[in-house]
Amino acid sequence: MKRDYSLDIRHLTRVEGHANIRITVRDGQLLDARWAIVETPRFFEVMLKGMSAELVPFLTSRICGICSISHSLASIRAVERAMDIVPPVLAETTRLLAMHGETLQSHALHLFFLMAPDFAGIPSALPLLQSHPDLVRAGLQLKELGNEISTVTTGRCTHPVSLVVGGLSKAPDKQRLLNLLAMIHERKPALEQTCSFFHSLTIPAFSRETEFISLANGSTYPSIGGRLVSSDGVNKDENDYLLMTNEYTRDFSTSKFTRLSRESSAAGALARFNNNSHLLHPKARECAESFGLHPVCHNPFMNNIAQLVECVHILEDAENLVNSLLDSNLAEIKTPYVSKAGTATGAVEAPRGVLYHHISIDEQGKVEKADCIIPTTQNNGNIHDDLRALVEQALSEGKNDGEITKLCEMAVRSYDPCISCSVH
Amino acid sequence: MNHLGFEMERVKIGSFDFTCCEGCQLQLANKESTLPDFLALLDIRNFREISSERHDDYDIAFVEGSITRRDEIERLKAIRAQAKILVAFGTCACFGGVNSLKNRIPQAEAIMEVYKGKAVETMPSLKISDIVQVDLSIPGCPVSKDEVERILVGIVTRSQVSLPTYPVCVDCKQRLNTCLFDLGEICLGPISRAGCDAVCPTGKTPCLGCRGPAEELNMPAFLDLVKERGLSLEHLTEKLSFYNAFEPLATDET
Repeated sequence: MKRDYSLDIRHLTRVEGHANIRITVRDGQLLDARWAIVETPRFFEVMLKGMSAELVPFLTSRICGICSISHSLASIRAVERAMDIVPPVLAETTRLLAMHGETLQSHALHLFFLMAPDFAGIPSALPLLQSHPDLVRAGLQLKELGNEISTVTTGRCTHPVSLVVGGLSKAPDKQRLLNLLAMIHERKPALEQTCSFFHSLTIPAFSRETEFISLANGSTYPSIGGRLVSSDGVNKDENDYLLMTNEYTRDFSTSKFTRLSRESSAAGALARFNNNSHLLHPKARECAESFGLHPVCHNPFMNNIAQLVECVHILEDAENLVNSLLDSNLAEIKTPYVSKAGTATGAVEAPRGVLYHHISIDEQGKVEKADCIIPTTQNNGNIHDDLRALVEQALSEGKNDGEITKLCEMAVRSYDPCISCSVH
Repeated sequence: MNHLGFEMERVKIGSFDFTCCEGCQLQLANKESTLPDFLALLDIRNFREISSERHDDYDIAFVEGSITRRDEIERLKAIRAQAKILVAFGTCACFGGVNSLKNRIPQAEAIMEVYKGKAVETMPSLKISDIVQVDLSIPGCPVSKDEVERILVGIVTRSQVSLPTYPVCVDCKQRLNTCLFDLGEICLGPISRAGCDAVCPTGKTPCLGCRGPAEELNMPAFLDLVKERGLSLEHLTEKLSFYNAFEPLATDET
């Protein structure tokens, strides 16, 4: 069929940051399909230079308003590994719980505020307040729980206060931990309701084989640190992050691109699931099964379902972590240290995928060099290639212009891109 | 919207971001327990981050971020021309924020460091009031949702809106915290504007002054305190420059 179609979206809505989608079809031939990030760059690697090591997490958290805890912890891990500091167990447990809080908040924001309007065919989540008040309440309850977990563990839900090099500056409050336990229990029905809602939706049928990259440690679902692995069998040490990313620039994007074994690859909830699903809580595995989500799944729209599955895991695992904090004396929170020179990588699983901070500290305890590689940067290539395959499939299925446009927007949003983060 | 039997008009708002992390806009969607009531105050006309609907008939523009590229200047001027009230929203908008840390080196050097040979446009970070008139500033990294709620209710009910003029120390003392100076740390609480409920010192982390200088501040006494405690003026300078919210110390003081 010889048809023309063109899409030129400047500043895609309901994503974090500024990016454009451009697609051109002439006489049935796809001439151009591109994912172009136009966000203003901020130069955090330059800002970090010369900064005292203890201030680093307070600067890096400002890379992202949604995943500030991940950035804080990636740089803390890099600095601690560079200076051979081992944080106390209490701090490690608290940090894992903080990561859960952030991921729950981020996933809830994405699923309800950014993604649900696409499935409902409306411009924003605001009309849902009137049309689906129970569903909105469930979404807000989950997002609030995520923020409360972050606040109890780090002092504030955006830009954490008490995550510091060596451990924590302050232990979580016992009474607030007890309240949190009750809150987690009380909010499980909200998550069940969310699952029922997503069961009622039709996830677009599309698949393009790609490589999935995540952390893995072999014993728990990945969060802070571990081996760098891919679904194509790559397995590397945390410090070898450059070999996993191979960053390069493209003239139409202020955000860089990465590649590993293929031209493009993906990070995020679906990648974590594909590489580590056997380590999820049984209830989360059950949830995945109910959606027909099995590893290795190559449908990017299923990233939404993988996020939902992770929410189930988080609620169960957060309960265990809170209990283990309550069983401890909440006393030993920080390992004393003396600054020394060193270089290391800190990798964490941010809500949108594996995040690397690589930091060199000099003899004076100041940053000599820093490098940050963001999950969305690692998804740019995949988004770009998916758009092309998606449009070709849609054309062959005879979809109309409106349907193609909606599918393209939804595909990009499914990756939950964090654009200002990627142009740090 | 109905309040005590009186009909009140919702305010038409737009929310815009420039060079920033978008964390301040995110606060608009936080504090979920009061979110439906908060949203009832607003008629959201333009907010790319959460809605595909875009209209240009907003009265109040919330502007997050600092300005680091020429196209941002044009976009900001267009927002200024439309808005009756332009709010500098968050520390980057009010003071330039952490983005200003890159102003210390030539921009060409910054580009070479991060992008190697690729042509990328950037300029030294500017605060919003360097380019257009700002009617109201809400500082904070991130802004405090409590404060934003209070200010919006003030606007809707046509009452006076103001920020605390006293320093963070006042709130910190009310929370019965141990003074961080007594723990050997330099904290900017004595010279920074309150309104954050002293969230950082309460988490035993020194204040870095994201809300900018308090109106009633005594800089000489603060410098004496740092010197008396034998703390490093170099570390003090690093903290004062973190958000670009304070005047640099005179060279004879460092």
